[in-house]
Amino acid sequence: MTEKKRMTALRLHKALYPIWRNDPGWKGVLTTVNNNTIGNMFILGATGMFLAGGILAMLIRAQLASPRSAFMGPEIYNQIFTMHGTIMMFLFAIPFFEALTVFLLPGMLGTRDLAFPRLSSYGFWCYMIGSTIMIVALVAGVAPDGGWFMYPPLSSSAYSSGINTDIWLLGISFIEISAIGAAVEVVVTVLRYRAVGMSLDKLPIFAWYMLVVAVMILTAFPPMILGSLILELERAFDMPFFQAEHGGDSLLWQHLFWLFGHPEVYIIFLPAAGVISMVLPVMARTTLLGYGWVVAAAISLAVLSFGLWVHHMFTTGIPHMGLAFFSAVSTLVAVPTGVQIFAWIGTLWKGRPEMHLPMLWILGFFVTFVMGGLTGVMVAMVPFDWQAHDSYFVVAHLHYVLIGGYVFPMIAGIYYWMPVLTGRKRFFRMGETAFWLVMVGFHGTFLLLHWAGLLGMRRRIDTVEAGSGWESINLLASISGFVLAIGFGLVILDVAVNAFVAVRGPRNPWKAGTLEWATPIPGPSYNVASIPVISSRYPLHDNPDLPVQIARGEGFLAWPDRNRRETLAVSISRGEPEFISVFPKNTIVPFVMAVVTSVMFMAPVFKWYWLMFIAAAGVTVLALVWAWANGSRRDEGLLDAGRGVSLPPHTEVAYKPGWWGSLFLLLADSVLFGSLLFGYAFLWTVAPNWPPPRILQPGILGPVLALAGVALASSGIRLGDRAIREDGAPWRGLLASLAGLAALGAAAATVFAGTTYNAHAYDATLWVIAGYVIFHAGLAGLMVLFLLCRIGTGYVSARRFGDARVVRLWIDYAVLTAALGLGAAWLPGVLP
Amino acid sequence: MVGGSTPLVLAGCEERLSAVHPAGPAADIIATLWWVMLGGAAAIFLLVVVLLALAFRRDEGPSGETADKRRETVWIKGLGLGFTMTVLAALTAWGLLIGERLLPRPGPDIVTVEAEGRQWAWRFSYPDQPGRVTEDVLHIPAGRPVDVRITSTDVIHSFWVPRLAGKLDAIPGHVNVLRLEAWEPGEYAGVSAEFSGAGYRSHGFTVIAHDAAAWDAFLAEELP
Repeated sequence: MTEKKRMTALRLHKALYPIWRNDPGWKGVLTTVNNNTIGNMFILGATGMFLAGGILAMLIRAQLASPRSAFMGPEIYNQIFTMHGTIMMFLFAIPFFEALTVFLLPGMLGTRDLAFPRLSSYGFWCYMIGSTIMIVALVAGVAPDGGWFMYPPLSSSAYSSGINTDIWLLGISFIEISAIGAAVEVVVTVLRYRAVGMSLDKLPIFAWYMLVVAVMILTAFPPMILGSLILELERAFDMPFFQAEHGGDSLLWQHLFWLFGHPEVYIIFLPAAGVISMVLPVMARTTLLGYGWVVAAAISLAVLSFGLWVHHMFTTGIPHMGLAFFSAVSTLVAVPTGVQIFAWIGTLWKGRPEMHLPMLWILGFFVTFVMGGLTGVMVAMVPFDWQAHDSYFVVAHLHYVLIGGYVFPMIAGIYYWMPVLTGRKRFFRMGETAFWLVMVGFHGTFLLLHWAGLLGMRRRIDTVEAGSGWESINLLASISGFVLAIGFGLVILDVAVNAFVAVRGPRNPWKAGTLEWATPIPGPSYNVASIPVISSRYPLHDNPDLPVQIARGEGFLAWPDRNRRETLAVSISRGEPEFISVFPKNTIVPFVMAVVTSVMFMAPVFKWYWLMFIAAAGVTVLALVWAWANGSRRDEGLLDAGRGVSLPPHTEVAYKPGWWGSLFLLLADSVLFGSLLFGYAFLWTVAPNWPPPRILQPGILGPVLALAGVALASSGIRLGDRAIREDGAPWRGLLASLAGLAALGAAAATVFAGTTYNAHAYDATLWVIAGYVIFHAGLAGLMVLFLLCRIGTGYVSARRFGDARVVRLWIDYAVLTAALGLGAAWLPGVLP
Repeated sequence: MVGGSTPLVLAGCEERLSAVHPAGPAADIIATLWWVMLGGAAAIFLLVVVLLALAFRRDEGPSGETADKRRETVWIKGLGLGFTMTVLAALTAWGLLIGERLLPRPGPDIVTVEAEGRQWAWRFSYPDQPGRVTEDVLHIPAGRPVDVRITSTDVIHSFWVPRLAGKLDAIPGHVNVLRLEAWEPGEYAGVSAEFSGAGYRSHGFTVIAHDAAAWDAFLAEELP
């Protein structure tokens, strides 16, 4: 590189840095919207939760080390194992891969940040605040104690009267905001924010995996969020969703929970598989064998994983032919897993594997995960599961899958990407020792626990009986468990020490081909100095000079003449430049909104509903402030994007990023609504004590209001939208749409008048359906008012009508769900 | 049969809850399934480890598109799809057949008993002798199929006698039917296998299997 070229790169850095940097000092921590900073904080937070969950695991092993241990009684022990599971699943496993994704994804895709930077910040703070609440509850001795899947009636108020269960239901729902938020961001980022020329078949394989995972999160989490909501309604207001004597059914919870819970396992495994698919080929000095096959395997795994939730319910008395179907799907899911395993081994055969530390952890993954997968096929066999279910066989199986299939690959990933994360190369070599401690400790702990399970050791018992035949296995497991803990501790120490004191490393030490290695390390806040143009899956292999060219500004959007945070949005399939996205500045709004949201979720724990409503109003105001900040009051026209290309800003396209974000958020919302209708149908057909004593008669008023509402709301927004585009007067259309939404809300309110919320599960379900309709009509109405204000203040023009399209989407959704929901509520009343 | 049955005298205290020391046909079929699956799993595991080890002991293979196409055929279509699907299809079919055999189908000579779980006890009743109720002890005849009608009055429990059969949940508002049979007279330990709160660990019961004479005597006994 000549002196002149170096100068150019430096000048470009000096131009970009002040625009993209965080606020200085502690304020910067709260106001940052940068993916690198948030990713780092997120990784630290999730690691902290791993330590907390690990300490609980050690308490469990201490308790079970000797028969009749008096270390703790069942009241404490039940909290410990419930929180161990809850923390590891919800506060460690999911957040940790989200953290890694927040950090790595923009770099891999060759873009400057994730699609919705403020959402990254909001999600992170929801996670941190929610996790802190859970830990405080644990220390205060009011942690949930019903097992991490919270089966009612045990978790109903009759058998768990304290606030412990409320903390779980509301706290976990609150934390799931971060998962849903991250998922929306990942989908929109992968689809719209990439290097130019990065068509879908050239995506880094990790991005494919994360796209699949994000869609899975959007479709798997809503059933559990709905379950938590209605269980909380039952606990707080005695709406009998799960009480058999009033037409409820405790099995409904199990369906909703496992509709989430089993895809969840693959939501955790697929990011790890994505890491392996990135790291393993580099370790073998080659490229991934069967890229298309691996993508197809990931997608089919995702689809199949929604068809096997019942394999957690083989012992609940579901008819055998039903079980047979779910058993077949449960084994079928092993096929795409097998495809991936053999594609990876084939990749090793294709290349020349080298034994670096990440490779060591991947081998640990293979040995452990394959065993876990094989025992998984065993428990997918219905008759065997009748014996193994809820025994230590299952405990051992799930730890083989989750630790072997998730934690080991993640450690491989951390060591592999350490230069990107910290800018340093590994110097202290505790890592190998730690690896062997973990391997010996892990298999020592869990291998023989399979056998203890077959000898009749049930999960969740608080001590081991003397003379049971399990004592020596448990003593060995406890000793090995502490070796395992020391091993994991050493890994964390090794990474920490290397992160802070090791020497600066060179760029791209592994000679990898993907774009996250194209930036200086650690990456600058703007990630790439210009958006590169690529033509293959391994752009750094094609063009070793690419990093220099990016730094010199030879890509798109190099010189920030407009003095704002700009990045490039590309077309979904082919990756061609489409528009310029202007990103928000540093802001404290997401942090404040996370705090207020936490109040909204925690107030009902103490039955302070007045506070909940105040906080909800606060969240609404903050959301409006959030949305207001985004936009422009003048038409900019086509702007210079570099390389001779002119593009419009995102304010002047029909479907702006916010529309795409809304679309995927509504995907999650529609799954929640679908789960609600599923619950309604399930209770009607399966639950005892149906049909209900009194069935709602729709009458005339409700249906007339609903029909008028549907017609007015959907035609009004369309008239308004057209008027905006033709520079006409949109007021009439928008007001008509507002009136239509009010009519929909009133139609739903007639359902309240015709039923008694706590009389029967039927009534309770109808109240939730009507409440859902009113909530969405209200939300859409608020958006119409917002749009009217935007029009009044000049944020909307014939070129800038994107806001109207977002509102139209939400109105259409409200109309559709109102029609379906109210139709389902009224239908039984009109049937003969 | 790989696992075999352990005569009662050999099944000491340590095996009293063991699913792999069957004392009845249902548990026996499942134990056999387990041993066969263990053998198959061990073989597949060894195959994977050997393939992994060989990857490190070879020279780099040929490169280029044709070589990759051939590799995809061998590794992905052959091993990934062909091998896994064959093994899994066979296993699933077998599991389905076994499951069908374990179902409570109508037949002659079947005895029905009722089990009702609650925190933290079991109450057993006998339609053959209405009014007869036992707490935490279930009496059955040996050598005859028994249908246990299982339910709960409070939270979810699970009825599990590992040496006789798999477990089945006791769910409020539902009645589930489990078929079990003891080959020999004797006592068999049972436990609840669904977490139910503070008293979960000791939520157990005993099954006493009687020979024909003792069973008749039990039914004929005066009501307590």
